[in-house]
Amino acid sequence: MEYLIGIQGPDFVLVAADNVAASSIIQMKHDYDKMFKLSEKILLLCVGEAGDTVQFAEYIQKNVQLYKMRNGYELSPAAAANFTRKNLADYLRSRTPYHVNLLLAGYDEADGPGLYYMDYLSALAKAPFAAHGYGAFLTLRFILNLPSFTVRLIDKDGIHDMERLPLASK
Amino acid sequence: MALSSVLRGESAEFYNNQPFAFGCGSGPSSVGYGSTAGDSLSFQVKSAFGPEEDDGSEKKIEFLHGTTTLAFKFQHGVIVAVDSRATAGSYIASQTVKKVIEINPYLLGTMAGGAADCSFWERLLARQCRIYELRNKERISVAAASKLLANMVYQYKGMGLSMGTMVCGWDKRGPGLYYVDSEGNRVCGDLFAVGSGSMYAYGVMDSGLRHDLTVEEACDLGRRAIYHATYRDAYSGGQVNLYRVHSEGWERVSEDNVLLLHERLSDSERAAE
Repeated sequence: MEYLIGIQGPDFVLVAADNVAASSIIQMKHDYDKMFKLSEKILLLCVGEAGDTVQFAEYIQKNVQLYKMRNGYELSPAAAANFTRKNLADYLRSRTPYHVNLLLAGYDEADGPGLYYMDYLSALAKAPFAAHGYGAFLTLRFILNLPSFTVRLIDKDGIHDMERLPLASK
Repeated sequence: MALSSVLRGESAEFYNNQPFAFGCGSGPSSVGYGSTAGDSLSFQVKSAFGPEEDDGSEKKIEFLHGTTTLAFKFQHGVIVAVDSRATAGSYIASQTVKKVIEINPYLLGTMAGGAADCSFWERLLARQCRIYELRNKERISVAAASKLLANMVYQYKGMGLSMGTMVCGWDKRGPGLYYVDSEGNRVCGDLFAVGSGSMYAYGVMDSGLRHDLTVEEACDLGRRAIYHATYRDAYSGGQVNLYRVHSEGWERVSEDNVLLLHERLSDSERAAE
């Protein structure tokens, strides 16, 4: 089970994702990065079915970068979120739907910080805070705990890596 | 882009069973070869899970989930260690299976899951790697090779492919190790173990692995991990095949029968006491 969380502040968005890459019950990697940089000020956090996550996120990432190359300026976070949702929706009733849950976080010069929640049924909601997964994993007493998180902050100066959060030891 | 045209080429060959796949003639009716979809050149993926279907000649595909394969990075390269047992239910079909696939002189792939799936797709990967080399006049990186394989099998996701492989090699970034499977996972890491005996192998590896092992110590660790897995897992056994990948390419280090290893390891324990 994977976990994503995003919180929008007055002039920043803070996002965190767990670092586990699992295959059934085996933890294959404990330092896996689930965030994809779409542009200097937009991050896409992606969890869900194996394979679909990386394939879909990289597809969106490359298309956002292509837009910049073709037009000379970047997609805004709102536009990127709607583009992502449209792709999810188009594939939903095809033979190959993408089973992915997403958070898109970005900072726009004009509109300020924005956090968008999307799920595998291509719902889209702009929200001040959002999460995917079972957050109780943050507590020490849950039987399946997530040992560490990658945390990043987006503000007018771009994307900043915060310290990787380990679970506090007793 | 070089890679995208490569991938388009892969899927086109296997999705379109065109009668004029032989490459001559402009239309289906003009050539006169008269081949149909039921031709021997058809690459339809048969469902692995339906022996009870209408087609009575449906054979149950042998899966090598019963296996132990491992690979890990250390300062002097990548060690790849595998067992060599193949089982069909509770019957041991073979004790001498080659589960390490030599993709090219500096890339190795391991085999777990469907034997045919692994060897076929990795042989196809070898072809793509060679094409890359010819087009770009430099060796393909391990990351790119594993990405090619992952993208190839992703197109068949959900259609019954069963493959859990580790792509191991050495490129200009140093030793490279990627786990790729038919579910679509592709993960870079320092240590992976795949198969029914993977749990036991992880136990031995996690306690003994350090980055600064010598070549001898690393080979010994890999060998012991597979040996312990074969001891406890019924579906792993036979021989431990050990390979090492270094900056010049891969080399076959050793092939040890697990029964002899058992004697050797218990003798040395008795001697230590």
